[in-house]
Amino acid sequence: MNRESNAYIILFSAVMVIVVGVSLALIAQVTKPNFIKNQRLEKMQNILSSVNIQVSPSEAEAAYEKYITGSVVYKMDGTLVEGVDAFEQVDLAKELKKPDSQQYFPLYECTKEDGKYFIIPMRGKGLWDAIWGYVAIKEDAVTVAGAVFDHKGETPGLGAEIAKTPFQEQFPSKKIVDATGTFTGIEVAKAGKHPAGYEHGVDGISGGTITSNGVNDMLMKYLKAFRNYIEKNNVLQPVIQEPVIEELAVDSLATDSTTVIAE
Amino acid sequence: MSTETTTAKVAKKEKEALFSAKRMKLITDPLNDNNPVTVQVLGICSALAITVQVKPSLFMFGGVLFVVTLGNVIVSLIRNLIPSRVRIIAQLVIVAALVIIVDLLLKAYAYDMSKQLSVFVGLIITNCIVMGRLEAFAMGNKWWPSLLDGVGNALGYGILLVLVASVREIFGSGTWLGFQVIPQAVYDMGYVNNGLMILPPMALIVVGLIIWIQRAKNTKLIEAN
Repeated sequence: MNRESNAYIILFSAVMVIVVGVSLALIAQVTKPNFIKNQRLEKMQNILSSVNIQVSPSEAEAAYEKYITGSVVYKMDGTLVEGVDAFEQVDLAKELKKPDSQQYFPLYECTKEDGKYFIIPMRGKGLWDAIWGYVAIKEDAVTVAGAVFDHKGETPGLGAEIAKTPFQEQFPSKKIVDATGTFTGIEVAKAGKHPAGYEHGVDGISGGTITSNGVNDMLMKYLKAFRNYIEKNNVLQPVIQEPVIEELAVDSLATDSTTVIAE
Repeated sequence: MSTETTTAKVAKKEKEALFSAKRMKLITDPLNDNNPVTVQVLGICSALAITVQVKPSLFMFGGVLFVVTLGNVIVSLIRNLIPSRVRIIAQLVIVAALVIIVDLLLKAYAYDMSKQLSVFVGLIITNCIVMGRLEAFAMGNKWWPSLLDGVGNALGYGILLVLVASVREIFGSGTWLGFQVIPQAVYDMGYVNNGLMILPPMALIVVGLIIWIQRAKNTKLIEAN
């Protein structure tokens, strides 16, 4: 067959595209389960690393079962959402496409040897693409215990520094509420804006201003939703799996004690 | 066999040793005399984009090595089947497929690495060295010389990437491959990392300086006039 004839060219292209398409589809199918597993393990690793539990991917599943003792889903104003599993059913990337008031906010409760922690997953926009992170808050729902951030495609050496220790180690012991009980969040600002020892802010990345602003907006939104949830549901002794029942129990206990006194 | 006349110096002898002097030149030439980046000025875009730190440069080198070597071999094996009017498209499809394979494999078996590389893996498709070697060499040579040519060019590219990235990481961040190389004592004396090193223009300047040094040392590259 003449190699330069139109018929040959069409035949060649068709065969080539089919061969390439089929082989790529096959490879994608073969690697997909591994990829999904890697993503799940990474999510577990990230959740745990915000409370300073560093595990390898192979140990992540067991450690997750051990430390993460509860989870809950709420909305921006703090109202609880029933019947939605935080880990399996809430995908923050999809939530971000909804209007703020309809988004679901997951929260995990972690029990470690040294106490309980709230772990807030968050997601926002960097300069080029998505950024996300996990912030761990101590039992008092005010003090930050740790934070990890990551990104899809921020500039290496600039915005991508949010995923590194020097930026993240600023977070522990910061406070998201001031002494008067007003929400402050954690402001990510230009280095030098805050006085040394400022409790409600950290230094941003020089040369990574847009990424830093993205982290700032993300922190403000998710921390605010978290505080709304805490205040609305009176979760100071957090049994966050069944907070509604907990409230009922407190009520009935209160009536009991009054009757005791009356007697 | 008409396609083989253009660049086929090697393919003519049937019984040539696997690593004859001529064939070794396929590997060693691109390292210096015919470096794809500094002499042929190919693949400059990625040399600017990913050389802020050494580690991504190494990963990029690995990806390019895989794609250019395998691409060369595949194109060389089917070179007599490819109609010349659609050869560029055919090469592009092969390169794109290989790049997607690299991406999928990294995601499944080296997830951490894949996160580090992120967009850079896809950028291999746009690397002129890959298409350049397929068009200039693999289309006219047998698979073994093509394989050597692919390895040689990937090495030439990799060496330059690591060189540029080393300069930029050491002066821009004070580290090399993530390890601190400029001691804290120097910072205490008032030394500051050069922020310009991290920005793209500096990559161009560093590549330019390397070309200057190379041309000054390598007499073969000095032009007659």
